[in-house]
Amino acid sequence: MAKQTSFILKSFVMAATIITFGILLFLIGYILIKGVPYLTPSLFNMSYTSENVSMFPSIINTVLMTLLSLMIAIPFGLFTAIYLVEYAKRGNKLVEIIRLTSETLAGIPSIVYGLFGMLFFVTYLGWGYSILAGSATLSVMILPLIIRTTEEALKSVPDSYREASFGLGAGQLRTVFHIVLPSAVPGILAGVILAIGRIVGETAALIYTAGTVAKLPKDLLSSARTLSVHMYTLSSEGFHTNEAFATAVVLLIIVLLINTVSMVIARKVTKI
Amino acid sequence: MKNIFLTAALVTIFAIMLICVFLFANGIPAMKEIGLPEFLLGTDWSPGDVPASFGIYPMILGSISVTLGAVLFGVPIGLLTAVFMAYYCPNGLYKVLKPAVELLAGIPSVVYGFFGLMILVPFVRNLFGGNGNSILTASILLGIMILPTVIGVSESAIRAVPDQYYEGSLALGATHERTVFFTILPAASSGIFTAVVLGIGRAIGETMAVIMVAGNQARMPAGILKGIRTMTANIVLEMGYAADLHRGALIATGVILLLFILFINITFYLLKRRATI
Repeated sequence: MAKQTSFILKSFVMAATIITFGILLFLIGYILIKGVPYLTPSLFNMSYTSENVSMFPSIINTVLMTLLSLMIAIPFGLFTAIYLVEYAKRGNKLVEIIRLTSETLAGIPSIVYGLFGMLFFVTYLGWGYSILAGSATLSVMILPLIIRTTEEALKSVPDSYREASFGLGAGQLRTVFHIVLPSAVPGILAGVILAIGRIVGETAALIYTAGTVAKLPKDLLSSARTLSVHMYTLSSEGFHTNEAFATAVVLLIIVLLINTVSMVIARKVTKI
Repeated sequence: MKNIFLTAALVTIFAIMLICVFLFANGIPAMKEIGLPEFLLGTDWSPGDVPASFGIYPMILGSISVTLGAVLFGVPIGLLTAVFMAYYCPNGLYKVLKPAVELLAGIPSVVYGFFGLMILVPFVRNLFGGNGNSILTASILLGIMILPTVIGVSESAIRAVPDQYYEGSLALGATHERTVFFTILPAASSGIFTAVVLGIGRAIGETMAVIMVAGNQARMPAGILKGIRTMTANIVLEMGYAADLHRGALIATGVILLLFILFINITFYLLKRRATI
């Protein structure tokens, strides 16, 4: 009897595991098989036309959007984490509140960020559908991620480093910037790379903040679609299914690259 | 310099206040104009009619039904996979499977949506009938999408159970399986529950993937093989051309969604606090 129950439970575990990873393999395989043959050079033309739905402008837009979002979010995230770990006293009520708000921010769905971005950056500040409005929205969205990973990276720096630095006569600020931050760089970088992954995959927060114009941007106030938005538009229009598959391949490759790099960096962190 | 760090830290609080203020200031007037009971419990959403009616009850039910469906599919499979990762997986395999779970989490929702559109929709259509864009399809797809959350959080909950529990149970003559399912899992239950709550949060907020497979008809749920529209889908689909009260009603939909999420977050926070005490 006990043997039978054990066998049944074990087969459930095995079946679920096979389903989980089977789905992942199937998804990746299916997208690659359907998409790779359509990765033609013309899909990487400089300009998008309704006949040749080139994804090149969207790729450039994605890179711009990512850089700009990181430029806004990293300083705020880094400084917040430095405050929380290095400056705030233990049991500080403010720290508790900041952690709570940061966790709440992390749980807000991207469409709500999109609505907020539309109401605040696009309409209230008058930036219109633009790269600037899109990346401002995204930077609020990735802020909690950057705060959390930086916090963890800072916490993992041993206190003996700080004590040694103080002992040599360095001040608090010098210790933070010259001793703690450099040793925490790999951890922070792993967080930043995860944030890049979220930006690249984001759609719902961008449709009504950055818009869907498939051209290279003239300036920061021009509307631009990222690769994910491009893919959504292609698949909802329904005329360019093959090109949508090809775009999915590019997105998958980017995600794979991002995950590998962050894993390699994270492994380095644990080695130290 | 300390003050600069402090100011940066306050930005988070400022951001969440700004989000609430802008959504509420734009959504609440519309709710008032429509009438709160009419808005929340009205079963008819026809913004184009004269007079227009803005009842989001169908969308609330839509969001709840696909979320429940996602939990039904995603939690058992995710939990069992987490058990495998913690108690069955050989070390070498673990080095492959752990990044695979992370990859599952990193795949953009449009790609999931597209996969659902191309594979799951025809699959459901051929197997169960209907046109394939249905609550069932959306539930399966969302179930897949919450897998990494459920697996990750429950795995760490399972690993957090002290080794003595396992050894004690084995010493009493229980088999490996019995020990894992009747000693370890109950001990990890609060962490597992957290995983479910996080999964719910992810499912209810998901937008693009749901739009691509759920059919998006703004009507009361009519069966699991019929289409449905979620609150998130309602916002994305109509915001592009909405004006005046219609636009206000969509923002108000966002407010209701935000309230749902805040409620889920508070539950999560309370659970976590109880776990640490």
